[in-house]
Amino acid sequence: MAEKVLMKGNEAIAEAAILAGCRHYFGYPITPQTEIAAYMAKKMPKIGGCFLQAESEVAAINMVYGVAGTGKRVMTSSSSPGISLKSEGLSYMAGSDLPALVVNVQRGGPGLGGIQPSQSDYFQATKGGGHGDFKMIVLAPSSVQEMASLTVKGFDLADKYRMTSMILADGTMGQMMEPVSLEEVEVADYDKSWAVTGTKCERKHNIINSLSLVPEELEKLNFERYEKYKTIEENEVMYEEYMMDDAEICVSAFGIAARVAKNAIAMARAEGIKVGMIRPITLWPFPVKAFKAAAEKVNSFISVELSMGQMIDDIKASTEYTKPVTLCNRAGGMIPSPEQVLEAIKKANEGGNK
Amino acid sequence: MVVFDKPKSLLDVPLHYCPGCTHGIIHRLVAEAIDELGIEGQAIGVAPVGCSVLAYNYFSCDMVQAAHGRAPAVATGLKRADPDNHIVFTYQGDGDLASIGMAETVHAAARNENITIIFVNNAIYGMTGGQMAPTSLPGQVTQTSPYGRDTSHCGFPVKVSEMLATLDGAGYVERVAVNNVKNVRNAKKAIKKAFQNQIDKKGFSLIEVVSTCPTNWGMTPINALKWLEDNMLPYYPLGVYKDRDAQKEAE
Repeated sequence: MAEKVLMKGNEAIAEAAILAGCRHYFGYPITPQTEIAAYMAKKMPKIGGCFLQAESEVAAINMVYGVAGTGKRVMTSSSSPGISLKSEGLSYMAGSDLPALVVNVQRGGPGLGGIQPSQSDYFQATKGGGHGDFKMIVLAPSSVQEMASLTVKGFDLADKYRMTSMILADGTMGQMMEPVSLEEVEVADYDKSWAVTGTKCERKHNIINSLSLVPEELEKLNFERYEKYKTIEENEVMYEEYMMDDAEICVSAFGIAARVAKNAIAMARAEGIKVGMIRPITLWPFPVKAFKAAAEKVNSFISVELSMGQMIDDIKASTEYTKPVTLCNRAGGMIPSPEQVLEAIKKANEGGNK
Repeated sequence: MVVFDKPKSLLDVPLHYCPGCTHGIIHRLVAEAIDELGIEGQAIGVAPVGCSVLAYNYFSCDMVQAAHGRAPAVATGLKRADPDNHIVFTYQGDGDLASIGMAETVHAAARNENITIIFVNNAIYGMTGGQMAPTSLPGQVTQTSPYGRDTSHCGFPVKVSEMLATLDGAGYVERVAVNNVKNVRNAKKAIKKAFQNQIDKKGFSLIEVVSTCPTNWGMTPINALKWLEDNMLPYYPLGVYKDRDAQKEAE
């Protein structure tokens, strides 16, 4: 175990990316994730890497597209409005099967919204994030340590499956400081024979492309991509179960909401209420089986979110609408208090959810 | 003795371009430059959205298809991934480069990004069927300016070479045409120099190639060349707009 250092969540992402072999970062200033760019701007020139401030989010994601095409590890980071601008590039990367890491340190929306923490880009991240049929692997850290470890994991999954991994964090996760241990990363050797690095006049040219004008062929590509997604759904789901053994109520939350929920669960347990939590770590693939299994045991679910209720749809679908699911939320940059979550738990315990 | 051959960097496949379209000539000039400089194995081309989107099927080097207008940003990534070994060029039309991709174009030039841009200006959107382009001439009739481009309503054409020449970052900007043998030869020289600059790490080069679109102009290829000479060349004068090397020498 490496020595622990005190770091901001955003800095932990940046350092972990470097440890994971990322030497190219492109970004555009936006609050509350600017520390990532600042860290990269300082570090990259000293380790032979490239930090470049792009003229726009659109340009940044297309620079990422260029480096990703050469098979090298590359990333960008932004916050909600900036991710909307990147969605064109995210769709093209999906269509061209390019690996990259994209970080969204969410803020309240819609529109310019605010700069305080939010989770209201859940739909955007998990249901596509651009035009066309595609998915991104969406990772939701709940501590500064996870900001680092999921960044490493995100790069690996991106390379493994040739697709975008997104870190879906929020302003709190980005700004909070916690001790974190950063360890050396062993980068797996994935096939990159598809990359454009110059033919050296030794092979047929490679083409990075998402255009396919014959509908039968484009359909085939879509079906093949969804076969890959099915494999990911089977193999890459991550979640944490907390006090679920005897739970009669299941709270579900990710990111900062899960931290608040844990406090509320401790308070509820002190009052003798049997409540636990499923914390999805991968938002896509969503831990469908874990929720389905929980629905066999618990009486009801509570989705704690920093949004008007987005993940709640996935909980309802995963539990096949067999148990009541209620929403405990704040929005627009506000964070639910443990007391608010405790109230929701008590209400559920009294049968208020039925 | 072979007196005329297909450039090695152009694959032996049928091009999809309309009869009389000048893309074929420009493709050939790019391929000849790549052959003569011996950079086929290092070259990575970026195809745009528009008529030349399928350029990725025609050049024998590694190719990337970019989103509409984003080619200079994609090229930036490709170049920065391995600046010593990648020779990166984009091939873009006027809608792609001067309208939706103007920001990417201007900032690649401002950064003196060490890439080569081939900018084909035929004053119209070809692929989508002949709409008004940022470079369509005042009075020019297109599908979306059916009464002629009215400058009081939709403003004036963008003179890309003149504009980029004002940027300190732009290294080499020249406007050429492919309407006659003399101009084609000159275009070849400019395109080759734009690649040589990149090899020599001299930074951003853009060659604007004034060309025709007989199909969407509604003309025969011969009449289109004549229209280019009578209308486009007076508005878009040929010449070197920026050459940092020559400027340095002069100083």
